[in-house]
Amino acid sequence: MNDLKSNFLRTVKYTFSGDKRYRLWLFILFSVIFFGIAAYLRQLNTGLITTAMRDQVSWGYYIANFTFLVGVAAAAVLLVIPAYLYDFKPIKEIVLFGEMVAISAVVMCILFVTADMGQPLRAWHILPLIGSMNFPSSLLVWDVIVLTGYLVINSILVIYALHRIATGKEYKLALIWPLILISIPWAVSIHTVTAFLYSGLAARPFWNASILAPRFLASAFCSGPAIMLIIFQIMRKVSKIEIEDKAIFKIAELAAYAMGISLFLLAAEIFKEFYSGTVHLAPMKYLYFGLHGKAHLAPWIWTALVFNIISFVLFLLPRTRENFMYLNIGAILMILGVYIEKGMGLVIPGFIPDTLGEIYQYWPTMSEILITLGIWATGALVYTLMAKLAIGIYTGAIRFTTEITSG
Amino acid sequence: MTKKENNEPGKAMIDRRLFLKSTALGLAGTALPLKKARASIWNSFFQEHFSEMDDGEIKKVLERLEQENQKKYGRNIDIRADKPIEGVKFAYALDLSRCVGCRKCVYACVSENNQSRNPQIHWISVLKFKKDDKWIDLENADRYYDPNLVPEDDSFYMPVQCQQCEDPPCVKVCPTQATWKEKDGIIVVDYNWCIGCRYCMAACPYGARHFNWSKPGIPKDEINPNTHYLGNRPRYKGVVEKCTFCVQRTRVGKYPACVEVCPVGARKFGDLLDPDSEIRYIIENKRVFRLKEDLNTIPKFYYFFAT
Repeated sequence: MNDLKSNFLRTVKYTFSGDKRYRLWLFILFSVIFFGIAAYLRQLNTGLITTAMRDQVSWGYYIANFTFLVGVAAAAVLLVIPAYLYDFKPIKEIVLFGEMVAISAVVMCILFVTADMGQPLRAWHILPLIGSMNFPSSLLVWDVIVLTGYLVINSILVIYALHRIATGKEYKLALIWPLILISIPWAVSIHTVTAFLYSGLAARPFWNASILAPRFLASAFCSGPAIMLIIFQIMRKVSKIEIEDKAIFKIAELAAYAMGISLFLLAAEIFKEFYSGTVHLAPMKYLYFGLHGKAHLAPWIWTALVFNIISFVLFLLPRTRENFMYLNIGAILMILGVYIEKGMGLVIPGFIPDTLGEIYQYWPTMSEILITLGIWATGALVYTLMAKLAIGIYTGAIRFTTEITSG
Repeated sequence: MTKKENNEPGKAMIDRRLFLKSTALGLAGTALPLKKARASIWNSFFQEHFSEMDDGEIKKVLERLEQENQKKYGRNIDIRADKPIEGVKFAYALDLSRCVGCRKCVYACVSENNQSRNPQIHWISVLKFKKDDKWIDLENADRYYDPNLVPEDDSFYMPVQCQQCEDPPCVKVCPTQATWKEKDGIIVVDYNWCIGCRYCMAACPYGARHFNWSKPGIPKDEINPNTHYLGNRPRYKGVVEKCTFCVQRTRVGKYPACVEVCPVGARKFGDLLDPDSEIRYIIENKRVFRLKEDLNTIPKFYYFFAT
C-alpha cells in the first residue's frame, strides 16, 4: 500500500515538473482550459442559446469536432497493425504513443458530446440498469458503448506496458495479445458506428449514403497519422526518446494511401449526386457551390479539397515524403483538410437546407470556439502528461518500487 | 413507492435501485449538496422513466411538479397524466385547397401549448409555395412570408407540424427512450428524461422537433394552466418538445387547438380506427397524400384537396 502511495506521488510530481518550456506549455494549456470552463459555465447557465445552433441547424461545431476526433482515435490502429501483426520494429517502439493519442482523442470526444448536451446532469439516463439505454435501436448508444470500450482497451494496454517497464518486470505479450487483437476491429468499429449514426438518418440525404462509413475510415487514416507524426517529431526534439525516421516515413506512406482512397470515395460520391441530380443534391450543391446565393461553406470546402490533394501528392512521392519540410507541410495540410471536410463540412450541410427547405447559415459563436479550444487543450494536457510519464519510464528517469504484487 | 418521496439519505440507501444509482453516479451524487438539498431537487434528479412509474408514483411526481411550477410561475398549473383512450388512434387531415396561410393555428398552438415566446418556438410552420409546375418544392418554400398579404393568388400554403408517424425515426434514434409512441398513436416526450442530445431533431424529416435553447420565456399571465405531463406543461431549458395533437385536450374528447381555431375549416381530426369518423371519410373519399412518403415513416397526417 505504501508503495502504491509513494509511486503515485512520485508519478504526479514527475509528470508536472520539467524544464521552463515544459512548464510554460502546461501554463498555456491550463489558461486555455480556464477560459473554456468559464465559457462552459456560462453556457450551462444560459443554455445552448450561447451557441449559434438553432432548430434548423441543431448540431454544430461541437459535434463536428467530435466526428473528427473519433477518426483520430481510430487511427491508432494504423500503428498497431504494423507494430504487432507485421512486427515492424521502428513502429513497435512507438505504438504506445499512438495509443495515447487514441486515449486523448476519446477523452475529447466525450467532452465534446457532453458540451453539446442540453441536460448534461441527466447523462446517466443513457446507462444500462440505472438509466434506460435505447439499445440496440439508437446508434448514439452504440457509439457510447464502443467509445467507452475503446478507451478502456487502450488505457489497459498503455497502463500495463508502462507499469511493466517501470517496475522492471518482463512485458508479457501473450497476456495482452487478445486485447491487442480486439483493439484492431474495435478501432474500425468506433468510426463505423459514428458514421452509421449519420448515415442511418433518412431525413438527411447528405448523410444518408452508404459510402459514408468507408469515407470516414479513409479520412481518419489520414488525419490521425498526420497528427501523430507531428507529435512524434516534437517529442523526440524535446525529450530523450528516440523515434526512428523510418517509423515516421512509414506512417506518412500509409496516410498517403488512405488519402488516395479518401479522394476516390469523395469523387464517387460527388459523381453520383451531381449526375443523378435528384432533390437530394441540394446539400452538396450548397456545400460546394451555394444555393440561392448562399454559400458560406464553399470557400472552406474548396480549401479542404486543395489541401487534401496537395498533401496526398507530398506524402505519396518518396522524395517529398522523406524531406521533413515537405513532410510537415503535408501533415499540416492533411490535418486541416480533413478537419474541415469531416468537421464543419460534414455536419453542417446535413442541416442545410433543413428538412423544410430553409437555409440557416450556421457559424460558431465565440463561446463555442472558447469551449472547443478548452476541450482541445484538455486533450493536449492529457496527452502531455501521459507522454511525459511514458518517456520518463522509457528512459529510466522514473522507476517504481518493485514490491507491488498487483500486476 | 416510498422511495420517491424519501429524502433521508440513510433510508434511501436501502432501496436497490437508488443504491445502484447513487453508487454509479458517485460523482454526480457527491456534487449535490445532499444535506442541504431540498427533497425536490433530489427527487427531480432521480425521477424514474415515465413508463417505469406506477400510478401512485406518477401522482407524486405530478404533485412535485405542480409545486415547482407554483414557485416558478406564482400560479397554480394543473398537470394531469390522462392515459390514451382504449381503441382510439388519432389522425389528422389538412385541406390545402382551403388553407389561406393566416397562421391562426400557429398562434393558437403557441398559447394552448405554452410554447416559449422568447426565444420563439412554433410547433407549426406554415410554408408558402408558388402555384407553378414545381408543386411542393420544399427547397423553394417560404416560411417567412408576410401575413398581411395572405391569401396571395399565385400561392398556396401548407402548414407542417409533427406528422405523428407510425414508424417514427425520432423514437428510433433517441438514446434514452425519452420519446415514444403512445397507444393512441401520439409521439410524446418526457421533458424530465430528455438529455437534450438533439439526435431526434437530426432524424425528424419534418422539422417537427424544437429545442429549448434557453429557459422558455412565457409571460406568467399567458400560461395555460390546463396541462398534461406528456404535453403542454411548462418545459425546461435544454430539452426537446413537439406537437402532441394537444394530448391534454384530445384525450378528454376535445379537438386540438389548431382545429378549433382554423377560420376556414381546413383542419380535420379524428379516430383512425372508427370507420364512421370524418378522418376515415376523408382518407377513403378524397385524394390524400402524405409528406415525404418515400421515407416510409407512415405519417398519420394527411394532406388533401377538397375542392
